[in-house]
Amino acid sequence: MSTPFYVSPEQVMRDKSDYARKGIARGRSVLVMTYADGILLCGENPNKALHKISEIYDRIAFAAVGKYNEFENLRVAGVRYADFTGYRYDRIDVTSRGLANAYAQQLGAIFTEAGKPFEVELTVAEVGPSVADDQLYRLTFDGMVQEEHGFIVMGGTADPITAVLREEHVADADLDTAVRLALKALSTPAEGTERRDIPVNAIEAAVLDRTRPRRAFKRLTAERLGTILGATSS
Amino acid sequence: MRLPEGSTVEAPHGTTIVAVTHGGGVIMAGDRRATMGNIIAQRDIEKVFPADEYSCVGIAGTAGLAIEMVRLFQVELEHYEKLEGSTMSLDGKANRLSNMIRGNLAMAMQGLAVVPLFAGYDLEKRVGRIFSYDVTGGRYEEHSFHSVGSGSVFARGALKKKYREDASEADAVRMSVDALYDAADDDSATGGPDLARRIFPVVMSVTADGLRRVPEDEVSAVVEAIVAERMTRPGG
Repeated sequence: MSTPFYVSPEQVMRDKSDYARKGIARGRSVLVMTYADGILLCGENPNKALHKISEIYDRIAFAAVGKYNEFENLRVAGVRYADFTGYRYDRIDVTSRGLANAYAQQLGAIFTEAGKPFEVELTVAEVGPSVADDQLYRLTFDGMVQEEHGFIVMGGTADPITAVLREEHVADADLDTAVRLALKALSTPAEGTERRDIPVNAIEAAVLDRTRPRRAFKRLTAERLGTILGATSS
Repeated sequence: MRLPEGSTVEAPHGTTIVAVTHGGGVIMAGDRRATMGNIIAQRDIEKVFPADEYSCVGIAGTAGLAIEMVRLFQVELEHYEKLEGSTMSLDGKANRLSNMIRGNLAMAMQGLAVVPLFAGYDLEKRVGRIFSYDVTGGRYEEHSFHSVGSGSVFARGALKKKYREDASEADAVRMSVDALYDAADDDSATGGPDLARRIFPVVMSVTADGLRRVPEDEVSAVVEAIVAERMTRPGG
């Protein structure tokens, strides 16, 4: 029997990270940002039924990039966690912080124990009574969790999109302005590539609207997006 | 748990629920009284709940168990909706509720029965539909109108005379509240409108646009009109 080669743990982790990063960068970007009346979640997704953006609970939403089967798994686990906690205690006891922690545990365990890490990046967003109370958590494939303010960009070529948002994102923008900015950012080309206009029916967008009672999550239909974006060109 | 022969658990009970279909959907209404033996346990209890955006459920029977069952039912419907990305069919919801009632059969045999009335708007067939149940979980679709609870005999009698095929939403609200008045008139466990405390029936309306609770000022206007009419004709 031959002795297996020795590979240092540093090397193993580095390889796993590179592998996951490559997988995540292959897809299209998704962005999550706050605006005056809530949180906008928006990304390019030509699929009508296979969502990247979903409702988790009354005030909490989920956005993901990477491998569909992997983040769908995590989404289902999140909905289970939230519904179970809310039923067992009270609806108010379901928090994005608790959910983000649960995800971090799961992703961390998979990264270290499984042969292959999850090729996903997630955002858990919770809308509060005012912009200052909104919470955004970014979760990466290795189980790292970061709280961010204002906006999060995940997947694809995130840098040029982040640059646009850093420049132009304001917390008190109305929904129309926020949607236009999101689209502008998403269609910003990466260095050395052509500018690409994203057709309206290939945009998946939803909001957590703080003015809605109880379930704040609402998808923005292609029709609604068309009206918002149509108003810019005129 | 086994109770001594001939005794029952003293727990609050719910009483009369009515449901009436109309051209655009269905109306469900319930009185506000909970009784424990001869005592009025609560005079402003709510016994009609939204199940989800397109259906509602009214409860008769042991209040504690029934409210818990409704809570679980609401969570299940929302859970399904989020996992599947679409609303469950109305028949699916009715079947799920039937299963939950069957699960309570052992308690029902001890005298702690839960008998809900379920109504909703069927997005496929585009009509309002009503489902009634028995303690074993038997599910029966009712046509036009139905009522459950201790005052249901009187409410159903009233609806039989008043129901019209071409009723509008407003007509259905009026018929429902009228039927509850008749139930309260003859059943001691059903509460009539309490004008002094401004406690009025809970009325839910489900149409293609979703579920809404009929606002209190609308219900109070209907109640006042009915009470005024009964001043001259107590039989309605």
